[in-house]
Amino acid sequence: MASQDGEDQRLQKIASAIRVIPNFPKPGIMFQDITTLLLDPTAFKDTIDLFVERYRSKDISVVAGIEARGFIFGPPIALAIGAKFVPMRKPNKLPGEVISEEYSLEYGTDKMEMHVGAVRAGERALIIDDLIATGGTLCAAIRLLERVGVEVVECACVIELPELKGRDRLGDRPLFVLVEG
Amino acid sequence: MSGCKEEDPRIQGIRTRIRVVPNFPKPGIMFQDITTLLLDPNAFKNAVDLFVERYKKENISVVAGVEARGFIFGPPIALAIGAKFVPLRKPGKLPGEVISEEYVLEYGKDCLQMHIGAVEPGERALVVDDLIATGGTLCAAMKLLERVGAEVIECACVIELPELKGRERLEGKPLFTLLESL
Repeated sequence: MASQDGEDQRLQKIASAIRVIPNFPKPGIMFQDITTLLLDPTAFKDTIDLFVERYRSKDISVVAGIEARGFIFGPPIALAIGAKFVPMRKPNKLPGEVISEEYSLEYGTDKMEMHVGAVRAGERALIIDDLIATGGTLCAAIRLLERVGVEVVECACVIELPELKGRDRLGDRPLFVLVEG
Repeated sequence: MSGCKEEDPRIQGIRTRIRVVPNFPKPGIMFQDITTLLLDPNAFKNAVDLFVERYKKENISVVAGVEARGFIFGPPIALAIGAKFVPLRKPGKLPGEVISEEYVLEYGKDCLQMHIGAVEPGERALVVDDLIATGGTLCAAMKLLERVGAEVIECACVIELPELKGRERLEGKPLFTLLESL
């Protein structure tokens, strides 16, 4: 987790800009709402800057963002580091030929899709989402990219919910987060 | 879209990066796929820059993006012009208290929501989406902002489908698009 001198102020601002909404989407869940972060242009910019500073010299050519909140953070990072942006979507949203990866939910399964041909074997990729909970979604994204020969350099999220042990589920794939929820 | 001026040289590079996928999501529809634009960092950057150059001196404090492809173009514009980004979402996605605006589809209805408190009266706003077709979604977006007292300065899209007459549906609200497709 990022924690160096000059960053502490930015991280504090980011953490305090995130709103917690109890019992959403169902009773017992404390939802981490990043929309309030997006209402603070300085804090939003700091969020992007913290990721860009970490990744700009790492030869990353692909930023994959998970629908839908990964679409908010991924493109600004991609633009700043000169990488392409690849949306990872729910089923039947992407119009061209896709590959799919099924993954488990608490009850049942879901599917994530990526366009065929969006990435090439040997490319170095980042995966972005707003938050990591159990890690199921990120794992599906990792598998999609690795199936086509891409090297996943790191997964990056604004927020981690450590109690849900998503970090363990990613195994040896590195995870970088800004704040814990 | 501006008619008589010479086209900015960056636009052709953007135009060639958009992929048309026939018969998606259903037969007869020629789907304008912007994901191929996002695979070209220069073209994507040029698209964002064209919007930023237009709006950076317009005192815009809100960029509202329509889920989900408006989430791709809206935030980079917001960041560059120092505005807040406000996501406009399908029902049930936003966790806090929301206002809703229903709108008509070809068959049936849909609904767009915005968080209460995200936008204040008097704020100057942009609405961003990847494409304008019939204009139904953009109309609903504009209504949400106007209901809370914001002033919608312009709607901005990468692509316009002029045959679907979305521009007229916006009832006089300015629309800026980078390119047209048939």
